[in-house]
Amino acid sequence: MRKQLPIAESAEDFLKEVSVQDQSRYILRLYITGHTPLSTKAIVRIRKICEDHLEGRYDLEVVDIAQNPTLAAGEQIIAAPTLIKKLPLPLRRFIGDMSQTERILLGLDLRKAGETLSPKS
Amino acid sequence: MKRKAKPAAPAQTLPKTLTGIQGLDEITLGGLPQGRPTLVCGGAGCGKTMLALEFLIRGAMKYGEPGVCMMFEESASELAANVRSLGFDLDKLVAQKKIVLDHVHIERSEFEETGEYNLDGLFIRLGHAIDSIGAKRVVLDTIEALFAGLPNHSILRAELRRLFRWLKDRGVTAVITGERGDSSVTRYGLEEYVADCVIILDHRVEEQISTRLLRVLKYRGTTHGMNEYPFLISAHGISVLPITSLRLDHEAPTQRLSTGVARLDEMLGGKGVFRGSSVLISGTPGTGKSSIAAKFVEAACQRGERALLFAYEESAAQIVRNMRSIGIDLDKHVQRGLLQIHSSRPTLQGLEQHLVMMHDAVCEFRPSVVAVDPISNLSFETNESAVKPTLMRLIDFLKQRQITAFFTSLTTGGGLRSSPEDSQIGVSSLMDVWLLLRNSELNGEHNRTLYVLKARGMSHSNQVREFLLSDAGIDLVDVYVGAAGVLTGSTREMQEAQELAASTLRGQNHERKLRQLAGKRKAIEAQIAMLQAESDAEGAEVNFVIAQERLQEKDALQNSKELAALRSGKGGSRPTRKNS
Repeated sequence: MRKQLPIAESAEDFLKEVSVQDQSRYILRLYITGHTPLSTKAIVRIRKICEDHLEGRYDLEVVDIAQNPTLAAGEQIIAAPTLIKKLPLPLRRFIGDMSQTERILLGLDLRKAGETLSPKS
Repeated sequence: MKRKAKPAAPAQTLPKTLTGIQGLDEITLGGLPQGRPTLVCGGAGCGKTMLALEFLIRGAMKYGEPGVCMMFEESASELAANVRSLGFDLDKLVAQKKIVLDHVHIERSEFEETGEYNLDGLFIRLGHAIDSIGAKRVVLDTIEALFAGLPNHSILRAELRRLFRWLKDRGVTAVITGERGDSSVTRYGLEEYVADCVIILDHRVEEQISTRLLRVLKYRGTTHGMNEYPFLISAHGISVLPITSLRLDHEAPTQRLSTGVARLDEMLGGKGVFRGSSVLISGTPGTGKSSIAAKFVEAACQRGERALLFAYEESAAQIVRNMRSIGIDLDKHVQRGLLQIHSSRPTLQGLEQHLVMMHDAVCEFRPSVVAVDPISNLSFETNESAVKPTLMRLIDFLKQRQITAFFTSLTTGGGLRSSPEDSQIGVSSLMDVWLLLRNSELNGEHNRTLYVLKARGMSHSNQVREFLLSDAGIDLVDVYVGAAGVLTGSTREMQEAQELAASTLRGQNHERKLRQLAGKRKAIEAQIAMLQAESDAEGAEVNFVIAQERLQEKDALQNSKELAALRSGKGGSRPTRKNS
């Protein structure tokens, strides 16, 4: 690692890659179970996070598994609400009412560990 | 041991669901609590999943109750492969919509907790699966995997409580498996939530022989068998042996069965043993125990009944060959399907598992006669105290089905010095008839003797019989009882020959004496005749003399008359007297 860092080219490539990934679209799916307080809370919060951090490059779909129970088995849903980050890889699952914004941002690779909150929020 | 409730009692308050698992329904007196969850826990490899799945599959196949299985550890295909070895076609049941399999895959690394949540996802999945086939039975295997997958245990515990409540409300009979913990029944204390029925499975190794054990730890609202029951995962699924839970109320048939040895039947009141009784033949090595057992089995087959022979010493082929040497053709009956010979080594498995195997074989073959040769080999592996309850289970089970049982037992340390009765104290009280075979050594010869030590409910001979094995078969002959003691074998024959000789001699002597007497009598008769003749002769002489004298007297009288006449002179007519 230490050897590669001084080389300008690779650092440039790295930055390029980061920007590409940054610009890539996020495909998110939120699974909820009917109109429960938890569901509502989660929907509101994830929408806010997406608007704040992924504006214009995200695709959020809210699925009510109470209406489509077969999807629950297919997507291996056990807890509700569950947010699945389908793309970019790796696949990640977030369970809960999405109240811990910091953990979501970390999990979505939008924030490095230890970094303070973004100036936007 | 509680034996209070009857399984079929109409007063049964708690509705139960039959599991279809052999023996488990008997222990629980009718199955698992209907519409409630049951916890099955145990260590790794003790058969939790098997039990749960068999409950589900039997329900779908036997009782028309569709079921849902939610697996947290194995995938559907793995599970199907596992139960295929037990002869269940899970895929087919799934295709027939009798069973729904749902594999819940939890990857700890994929999860990120972001606040409050619940397990509604699981509820919906389960609810959907139940609704899709109208399931009555649910298996959750092993729900504790959730604890490893989800970090927030306080939420999880609350949700599990809700889940079990929900299952009850849905009215499904559920089996939940759990890993056994160190200090508690399950590792995560599931027993806290599932309080209706808890079954513990165990897997123990004693003396290098492993045994699986099942115990109903608790069953709310009903009595149940409290003991540890051995069970076996065999080719036909799980088989629990609950025989100590059975009641001692079997029928007592009066029909008698021949033992196959006519003289032995004679010793047992002339008719043989009762159907459904248990017969023990004990004896020192080489006394012919197996032969009697084989004869008994053959007799059953000849009557057209089915017989089952469990052999722990010889292979089936060897038994057939050896028994042919004493004129017992077992092969014929094997060919006709009347006889099954199960040969195995006692070390193959534990005593209980042997018992389960016998149980299975008996249930399948439905024989009227069972012979076990020998039971002592089974006990060889374990201690004596373990044998009695196990045998009791077997005997009770056979009696329940009115199967006549023949057990042979090898007496150790027998011989003439120690009493052979002592050697079988443990099991003898279970037996209705006890035949004792002994070797008696006398004059450089081993001879087999047999006697009836006990025979419940029938008059029986108190005599010792000599037991003969020849190519003509088995026979019993009376032993020689005389001044010289009880004699058998050639000594008996010698004694008999001597007696015969002595009696012949005596007979001859008598004849001689009779002849002598006759001779003497003849001589006397001759003498009598001679004397008679003599006396006759003498009589004749006397008569002659008398006659002569009478004649002379007459003459004399005549003469004197004539003389008188002459002397008177009146006459003169007598010229002869003219001159006088």
